[in-house]
Amino acid sequence: MNWIQVGNLEDIPRQGSRVVKTATGEIALFRSVDDQVFALNNRCPHKGGPLSQGIVHGKRVTCPLHSWVIDLESGEAISPDSGCAHRLEVRVAHGELFLEAEAGVCKA
Amino acid sequence: MEQDKKRLVVVGNGMAGIRTIEELLKMSADEFDITVFGAEPQPNYNRILLSPVLSGEMPFQDTVLNDWNWYEENHITLHTGKTVTKIDRMRCTVETEDGIVVPYDRLLIATGSNPIMLPVPGIDLPGVIGYRSIADVEQMLAAAQPGKRAVVIGGGLLGLEAANGLSLRGMEVSVVHLCEWPMERQLDKVGGGLLKEALEKRGLKFYLSRQTDAILGETAVTGLRFKDGEEIAADLVVMSAGIRPNIALAKSAGIHCERGIMVSDTMQTYDPKIYAVGECVQHRGQTYGLVAPLFEQAKVAANHLAQYGRMRYEGSSVSTKLKVTGIDLFSAGDFNPVAGDDELLLQDAARGVYKKLVLRDNKLRGAVMYGDTVDGPWYFQMMRDGTDVSEMREHLLFGQMHLGDSGHGAGASVANMPDTAEICGCNGVCKGSIVDAIVDKKLFTLDEVRAHTKASASCGSCTGLVEAILANTLGGDYSAKPSKKPICACTEHAHQDMYKTIRARGLKSIPELMQALEWKTADGCHVCRPALNYYLLAAWPGEYVDDSRSRFINERVHANIQKNGTYSVIPRIWGGVTSPAQLRAIAEIAERHEVPTVHITGGQRIGLYGITKENLPKMWAELVEAGFVSGHAYGKSLRTVKTCVGSEWCRFGTQDSTGLGIMVEQMTWGSWTPHKFKIAVSGCPRNCAEATIKDFGIVCVDSGYEIHVGGNGGVKVRVTDFLCKVSSEAEVLEYCGAFMQLYREDAHYLDRTAPWIERVGLPFVKRHIVDDAEGRAELYARFLKSQQYSQDDPWKERAEGKEAHEFTALATIV
Repeated sequence: MNWIQVGNLEDIPRQGSRVVKTATGEIALFRSVDDQVFALNNRCPHKGGPLSQGIVHGKRVTCPLHSWVIDLESGEAISPDSGCAHRLEVRVAHGELFLEAEAGVCKA
Repeated sequence: MEQDKKRLVVVGNGMAGIRTIEELLKMSADEFDITVFGAEPQPNYNRILLSPVLSGEMPFQDTVLNDWNWYEENHITLHTGKTVTKIDRMRCTVETEDGIVVPYDRLLIATGSNPIMLPVPGIDLPGVIGYRSIADVEQMLAAAQPGKRAVVIGGGLLGLEAANGLSLRGMEVSVVHLCEWPMERQLDKVGGGLLKEALEKRGLKFYLSRQTDAILGETAVTGLRFKDGEEIAADLVVMSAGIRPNIALAKSAGIHCERGIMVSDTMQTYDPKIYAVGECVQHRGQTYGLVAPLFEQAKVAANHLAQYGRMRYEGSSVSTKLKVTGIDLFSAGDFNPVAGDDELLLQDAARGVYKKLVLRDNKLRGAVMYGDTVDGPWYFQMMRDGTDVSEMREHLLFGQMHLGDSGHGAGASVANMPDTAEICGCNGVCKGSIVDAIVDKKLFTLDEVRAHTKASASCGSCTGLVEAILANTLGGDYSAKPSKKPICACTEHAHQDMYKTIRARGLKSIPELMQALEWKTADGCHVCRPALNYYLLAAWPGEYVDDSRSRFINERVHANIQKNGTYSVIPRIWGGVTSPAQLRAIAEIAERHEVPTVHITGGQRIGLYGITKENLPKMWAELVEAGFVSGHAYGKSLRTVKTCVGSEWCRFGTQDSTGLGIMVEQMTWGSWTPHKFKIAVSGCPRNCAEATIKDFGIVCVDSGYEIHVGGNGGVKVRVTDFLCKVSSEAEVLEYCGAFMQLYREDAHYLDRTAPWIERVGLPFVKRHIVDDAEGRAELYARFLKSQQYSQDDPWKERAEGKEAHEFTALATIV
């Protein structure tokens, strides 16, 4: 397991999201209003909508396609919907973002 | 107690007396030390609602008009259960039977009336009850066991209500009446017959044209004997043969009385220190037993007690409704025509509808309606106004709905009523006051309207009308139960508070607003944040910094997200007019970017579909280069101005609809609105641009421009309402800007104009846009001011690098 630096906290707007592209699909990184960072697959469990394009509120994001609400900590859809966008480990150290990955290097 | 305060003593703790005090307190709260004597042990309750209490449709508690606290809060000394037995006019004191003596400077007698107890043998037997007070009702209820027999003597309004109530309690009820049909004072023979039939279906039995000879029984009532000798059995006899003003006290004090206590137009008795109001008085030869006149009298008496001395009571014309659930009956004025009067009749036996109008000199003199009473208040209003009805005579019987324009939806009958139409006859509340209270005070329930306006708070027979007005004023938001709908779970606040609260409290950002209004979540949610962002933007043009994080993705990136996560790009094509050069530019850009779908939209533009997010700024740069701006096809904002070719080409065209459309689009583009906003301009009434299903539609005619508003071609098709006609293009622009601004300031976020207009009513829009030239100019000015800050092309800004992070990946891992 590797920690790959993918950028700085400042690169993601507060209550916003940025995308990290990987060979196996996009990962959405979210920054909450209180500067916590979360990482999920950038696919809504409902119809694959890009979660990174949703409105971030609290520790949740609302999918832009059909307004499913996904919990950022667990990746689970908020009931009554059910499904999971699979969270990944992400850490902030000295303002730098590190994402968990099997392997690979970051290309800016 | 202050020495210099004058002392007002009120004898009678009923509706007339207490209403006088309420009116007095409104005008002059500190004028008097007030003492009230009531013979009954209860605080002031609504005597008209005894019938629903009797029938079990309402608990007594709900009929209390002024609870104990009210007396306390207004520093009124209240003696309940005390009968005043003496007025000493020399010493200016009143005295109760148990010896309380209170001095007065002014005395108000409001002793009401007593039921007439027929002078027949057996009238004193247990089980014979009058019908006047809650105590009577309680006595009836105690006796009202299912299966037992009740006889009501008197088939008037009150008697029938009592009979109906007892019948609903399970008793076998008979009504004995002197005349040929019930309610002969309010109904003619036909109407009375219909009423009788309806009540018979509900199980009442009628003995008409019968006179009571004796009430039978040894220790309690067992039956009744008529003059003709027939006997019927009864376990309970209710006397409801009329009321008699209660004048015993006044008479004993030497105050001049005839049938009632004689009063002048100022409600003064022959003793100038003593006033009288209510059922106990006789004014210009009339006594009244209905509530509306009492309240008019109360207003006048209060005015004189407060020493304004301005008002005169000149008698009342009265209308009546029967409060028996499920039976609609309305009566007003003189409904028995005399020689020279005209009689208009409508009788539909199958529908159970009967209407009779009596005209004299082209004016309405009286009305009797049975089965369909919706237009009762309208007729009553015309009766009181002395309206000349010769013009509408042909349609008069069919009601107000039948006059004027057709094509309005249901509920239009209250919408069509003028603001001056009286809705609640009891309290003299007209439609305008109800609508104003609903709008100004944000009322949402019937109870709130009652609390604020008193409409339908007395006899309740206009409840349906008040509800219709409420529903009409609030549109889809009206619910019979509580109350304001919060925007979302993050808050208790509703949409309708927001714009005004933001302006009034000077709230300038979402966090500030959430803190001031005690939001329950740290940063809201996807429902409330876009709404708040819109309200702030609309409230503080040029000042508020748009919060892109509170925008739905389409508005954040100025393109429309598609099901696969790609976007559509739709450049603005002003008024739907394009050129070979523009088409070529679009074609080349589409080819260069390998756009999968090029589509002609419904709004006369060209849509490019399947653009990836990363590619958007590049494509925009090329479009901007070719002279295009964003079409805002993605926003709660002005979408398109659709036009036809108009007088430039069309052989039917009356005006330059394309030119006007382009002007309108150039003025309005880029504006943010509560929901999307579509405009069209048609060059003639053939209306090829479909202007009458747009939010703002202009139909050119030879003499000018018709303006239509509130149309919708979407989920629920709604044809526009015709707003007005103007004569110049400049006026079209002004009306358009003013209308958009009114919508921006008044509608809830995500309200299209159609539901908004259904809620606020077209008259509201007309009042602001058509009638009020100054207000219109101000709205227009505010619209133009806000447009100064909203016409920077968002595509150009982003093509030049604004918010670049939106369009690029943070990183790529390989």
